[in-house]
Amino acid sequence: MIALLHRDLLLATRAGGGFGLGLVFFLIVVVLVPFGVGPETAILSRIAPGILWVAALLAALLSLDRIFALDHEDGSLSLLATAPIPLEAVAVIKAAAHWLTTGVPLAIAAPVLGVLLHLDPSAFGFVVVTLLLGTPALSVIGTFGAALTVGIRRGGLLLSLIVLPLYVPTLIFGAEAVRRGVDGQDTATPLLMLGGITAGAVALLPFATAAVLRMNLR
Amino acid sequence: MTIMSMWEYANPKRFMGWTGHVLPWAFGGAAVCLTVGLIWGFFFTPDEMRQGSTVKIIYLHVPAALMAINAWIMMLVASLIWLVRRHHVSALAAKAAAPVGVTMTLIALATGAIWGQPMWGTYWAWDPRLTSFMILFLFYLGYMALWAAIDDPDMAADLTSVLCMVGSVFALMSRYAVNFWNQGLHQGASLSLDKEKNVADVFYQPLLFAIAGFVLLFFALVLLRTRTEIRTRRLRALIRREGQ
Amino acid sequence: MCCYPKGAALRQPCYRSSPVLSVQNLAVARGGATVLAGLSFDVPAGEALILRGPNGVGKTTLLRTLAGLQGAVSGHFECPADEGAYASHADAVKSALTVEENLQFWADIYGNAVPDMVWDQFDIRDLQTRIAGTLSAGQKRRLGLARLGVIKRKVLFLDEPTVSLDGFSVRLFADYLRDQHLAQGGIAIIATHVDLDLAATTLELEPFTATDHQTDTGDEAFL
Repeated sequence: MIALLHRDLLLATRAGGGFGLGLVFFLIVVVLVPFGVGPETAILSRIAPGILWVAALLAALLSLDRIFALDHEDGSLSLLATAPIPLEAVAVIKAAAHWLTTGVPLAIAAPVLGVLLHLDPSAFGFVVVTLLLGTPALSVIGTFGAALTVGIRRGGLLLSLIVLPLYVPTLIFGAEAVRRGVDGQDTATPLLMLGGITAGAVALLPFATAAVLRMNLR
Repeated sequence: MTIMSMWEYANPKRFMGWTGHVLPWAFGGAAVCLTVGLIWGFFFTPDEMRQGSTVKIIYLHVPAALMAINAWIMMLVASLIWLVRRHHVSALAAKAAAPVGVTMTLIALATGAIWGQPMWGTYWAWDPRLTSFMILFLFYLGYMALWAAIDDPDMAADLTSVLCMVGSVFALMSRYAVNFWNQGLHQGASLSLDKEKNVADVFYQPLLFAIAGFVLLFFALVLLRTRTEIRTRRLRALIRREGQ
Repeated sequence: MCCYPKGAALRQPCYRSSPVLSVQNLAVARGGATVLAGLSFDVPAGEALILRGPNGVGKTTLLRTLAGLQGAVSGHFECPADEGAYASHADAVKSALTVEENLQFWADIYGNAVPDMVWDQFDIRDLQTRIAGTLSAGQKRRLGLARLGVIKRKVLFLDEPTVSLDGFSVRLFADYLRDQHLAQGGIAIIATHVDLDLAATTLELEPFTATDHQTDTGDEAFL
């Protein structure tokens, strides 16, 4: 199973377009916001947690359709399905590879980009923690969506339509945790909910993902 | 001789049979209930003190909102039946219910906005209930889009069923998340359009008719659309048989 | 039926025991419509079975069903669990990885080491450190087939394995099947139009085309 993770990480870093692209997209969205909203520090500072979270969400979305589509095209998916690893494990590993190449870099880059949005420095830690806690859920949910749309040509837009509403709970609790951290309020509740959603998604969605992959391979 | 089971009615041919009889009655009943409920509600109830006559929009808003949620629940049950028992009619009923449900959601959103305007001075507020309906609207769209994107009907039924199940879990989670999210803005709970507390008895009876009317209308529309879906599948099967 | 594969270096003992793959009255479907029905055959150890038939008769469907990728419509088949492997004309070769990395990946997945004979058997020893994206179509095919030598599964379901291979490579592959795979008691069910020069039984699939449609699958329920 580690072999699959290792291979996917190799492919993501070598094939180009997966690893750095998400970060660049993150940067572009963050840079665009002041152009749309105005450069006033107070306003930007207020909306910074939300913007960072939404931008991270959109950047995570970018590499989702590659998760299974490439393997489906060259027949690897059928071979993986008949290999001695359970398909549920394949789903988890694919999500893990996506998280390591997208979620983690986004979480680390977020405070840096937060500077552009005048994010309160006290929030830097919260931004990193909430993104690290929440992006696994984004990867696992995204993997489910990718499995649903793997057989559909140019299914990227459909993938976004399906996946983005599923991201709402994670987004709400993640951004709220950062805002409360800035205000000095108690962040336990949103952090717990965020962690709970991630834990639940990681534990249960791979089963749905595997079932969907089997349906698509028939 | 086999023992007759309720599942026999789910066979496509038998379904066409009994729904053909039931359908006119369903539409008729819906028409009667809606007419009674809406006319009584709009024209024959007194104007409410605080809200004036716009409160009467609840005769559209409340039933539509109820049906929007019930439609999704019906789709969930139908999806489960498809996954477990592979009854084609069940899968097609779920597919048929989605556009009706999404329309109900739209009506709920639109009437909610119209109601909101005189009350809050704005056409939209990120009130927990309205926001939850907006999210439900998006879930409906994703479900319908997935059905439309897949050619093979049985695979489409499989995939959309799983999406419906996963979506239901997330829809519930979103409901709680949205409540949490709005309460955090300190706008107060009084914005929620709570039907029970605001509606006195004199309004309640026509509301029951309106709700009954919407339920029957939903039932009739879903039956009608399912019959159309069955006919489409039958046509497809005939064409394929011709081609062999 | 005894099995002495033609050209084998060693004579294998005769496996009169139960066949490795046993199919009884199998019906398979593609896209909701039954394509083949009433299939019954056995494949004893050390034997290959060639599937023949016009395009669209259901060779791929049958192979995929036996490999476990889709369910059968009716009937059943017995195959030792965890002994099957499927290969189609889609190579599953990752262009960004080297030849060695491609094979090592499959070896790790199946818990084996890459056997040294694979490099020579498929004539890819010189290509070990080359990036797979730079290989020709034939070389990629050989790499895809070399995967079979790495995963060492007893039952092979092969769908048009020799597509885009030249005559020399086809002989290499046939030699591998005969001398390594079948000689060690494995079986292979192969859909191919090419004569592989194996001692193999041929199964014509056209007579098994499904005519009476079952009312449970897909569209048929609506007629």
